[in-house]
Amino acid sequence: MLNFTSYDYSAILLSLKVALTATLISLPFGFATAYLMTFKRFKARIILDIIVNLPLTLPPVVIGFLLLILLGRQGPIGNILFRMGIQIIFTWKAAVIATAVVGFPLMVRSIRTGMETIDKTLIDASRTLGAGRFDTIISIIAPLSLKGIIAGSLLMFARALGEFGATVIVAGNIPGVTQTIPLAIYEYTSSPGGDAMALMLCIISIVISVAVLVFHEWLAGRMERTD
Amino acid sequence: MDLKVDVKKNYGAFSLDMNFVIHGDRVGLFGPSGSGKSSLVGLISGLREPENGMIILDDETLFNSGNGVDMPSEHRRIGMVFQRPHLFPHLSVKGNLLYGFKRCSPDGRRITPDSVTEVLQLNHLLERGIRNLSGGEQQRVAIGRAVLSNPRLLIMDEPLSALDDRLKFQIIPFLRGVCDTFKIPYLFISHSLLEMRVMADQTLVIADGRIVDQTTTENLARGLMGESDAGYINLIRVRRSRRLDGLCAYKWGRQELLISSQNDQAEGLFELSSREIILFKRHPEAISARNLLECRVADIFEAGQRIGVEMDCGGERLIAEVVKEAANELSIRKGGEIFAAIKASAFRRLA
Repeated sequence: MLNFTSYDYSAILLSLKVALTATLISLPFGFATAYLMTFKRFKARIILDIIVNLPLTLPPVVIGFLLLILLGRQGPIGNILFRMGIQIIFTWKAAVIATAVVGFPLMVRSIRTGMETIDKTLIDASRTLGAGRFDTIISIIAPLSLKGIIAGSLLMFARALGEFGATVIVAGNIPGVTQTIPLAIYEYTSSPGGDAMALMLCIISIVISVAVLVFHEWLAGRMERTD
Repeated sequence: MDLKVDVKKNYGAFSLDMNFVIHGDRVGLFGPSGSGKSSLVGLISGLREPENGMIILDDETLFNSGNGVDMPSEHRRIGMVFQRPHLFPHLSVKGNLLYGFKRCSPDGRRITPDSVTEVLQLNHLLERGIRNLSGGEQQRVAIGRAVLSNPRLLIMDEPLSALDDRLKFQIIPFLRGVCDTFKIPYLFISHSLLEMRVMADQTLVIADGRIVDQTTTENLARGLMGESDAGYINLIRVRRSRRLDGLCAYKWGRQELLISSQNDQAEGLFELSSREIILFKRHPEAISARNLLECRVADIFEAGQRIGVEMDCGGERLIAEVVKEAANELSIRKGGEIFAAIKASAFRRLA
C-alpha cells in the first residue's frame, strides 16, 4: 500500500466522490420515480417501468455509448451545454452521470420495495386528518420507506464504486482526472508488472464494499430495534 | 349533521347508486359485507371519487360532477376511524394523537388534546410507541387521533368488528362518550345489528350498492326480529344491588332482576333475546325461572310469522316474541296486564 502513487490515491478518492455524488443526485429522482410507480396508476407507467429498468439489462458499454451521443459536443444535450460553456464528456461529471444511470434502477427497486410494504390505509388516514398529498409524502411515506431508501442508497453507492463500462466510454481513463479504482485496476492489469498494484487496489475495493455492507447491516439492525 | 348524497360509481361487476338525505347526529349505515358501505364512506370522505353525482354536507358542496367541485379529502374535515387502528408506526401515541390537531387551523381547534386524552384515558400512554399498546388501547388512540383533527363529521367504518365482544363493549363507551362530550355528529358503519342498536338512532340500510331502507334503528331491529335466529335483542342496563345464592340482584327500573353473573362490577349491560322470555296471562304460583315481572303491554307488532310484544316493566321496556297462536291464547292486547318469566341464566353480559 505504501507504493501507491498520487494517481492511485486520487483514483480512490475520485471513486468515493463519484459514487457519493451520483447517489445523492439520484436520491430525489429515485424517490419520486418509486413513488409514482408504487402509488400512481397512469397509462405511461409501463413505459416508465421499462425505461427505469433498462440499464439493469443493457451492457454498461451501451449506456456509456448512448450517453456519449447525448452528451458529446455534437449531441442534443451536450451541444446546448457546450454553448453554455459546460463540458461534461471526459470530466468527473461524466463519470457521475454514467454511474447514476447504471445504478438508478437498483435504487428505485429498493425504495419501491420499501414503499410497497406501507399500509395504504395509513395514507388514507393522513389525508382525512388534514394532510395534503405532499405533506403525506413527507410525514408518512418518506419515514415509512426509510429502510428502502437507505438500502437503495447503499446499494447504489456500492454499485457506483464498481462502475466501469459506461464510465470508461464517457469519462475516459485519465489518471488524476477521471480514473476511478476499477479503471486504475484495468490499467495496471494491462501494464507489465502491474499485477501487485492491481491486487492492492482490489483489496481497497473489497475493504470499501465490506464497510458499506457492514454499515448497512448495522443501520438495519439499529432501525429494527427502534421499531 | 345534514347530509345529502346522490352518487354513482361503477366497480366492474359491482355498481354503487345511492341517493339519500339524512338529518341527525347518530346515523348508522347497516348492511352485509360487500354491500357498498365502505365504498360509500370512501366517496363521502373524498378518498375515492364518484363518477357523477353530488355530496353536500351541512350546506357545503363536497362534490358535484355538474360544476366540477371536488373538495380534497384533507379539506373536508371528515374524520375517520377504521376497522383496525391503522396508527402511524413511526410516531408515538402523542405523535399520532397530534397528527391531525397540528394540521387543523388554529381557529378550528375546538377540541383540545388534554380533554381528549382525559375522556379516552390515554394520559399514561402518551410517550409510548404504538407497538407497546393493547388492541383496545390502540383503537382508543385511533379514536382520539380522529377526534383531535376537530372534524365536523366522524365516520366510523366498522371500528368494532375486529374486536372480540369483551373489548367491543369496552370501546363503545369511549366512542359514545367522546362524540357526546365534544358534540361530534357521526356515521357509524356496521353489519352488526347489536352494534347499530348501541350506536345509532337512525339507520340507512344498504344492500347491493343501493339504499333499501331508511328508518330508526329501533324499527329496524323490530323488523328483523322474525328473520333473526336470535330474535330481538333487549339491551338491559342495570346497577348491582346485592349478591345472593350465587346470583346477582340488579336494579332495573322499579324492580330487581336476578342474573347469573360472576362479575362484581357495579354497573352492567346485558343482552336478552326476545325468545328467552315466557309470557303468562295470569300469575303462575310457582316457577323455576328466577325472574317474574309484572308488565303492561305497550305495543304489539308483527315481524314475519312472529308477534312482538313490547312491555312496560316497572318503567323499563322489554320486547318478547310469541307465535300468533300463543298471542291469541294469551289474549294479548295493548294496555293489558301480562307476566314475563326470565331465567337468571338467560342474560348475557356485554359490558
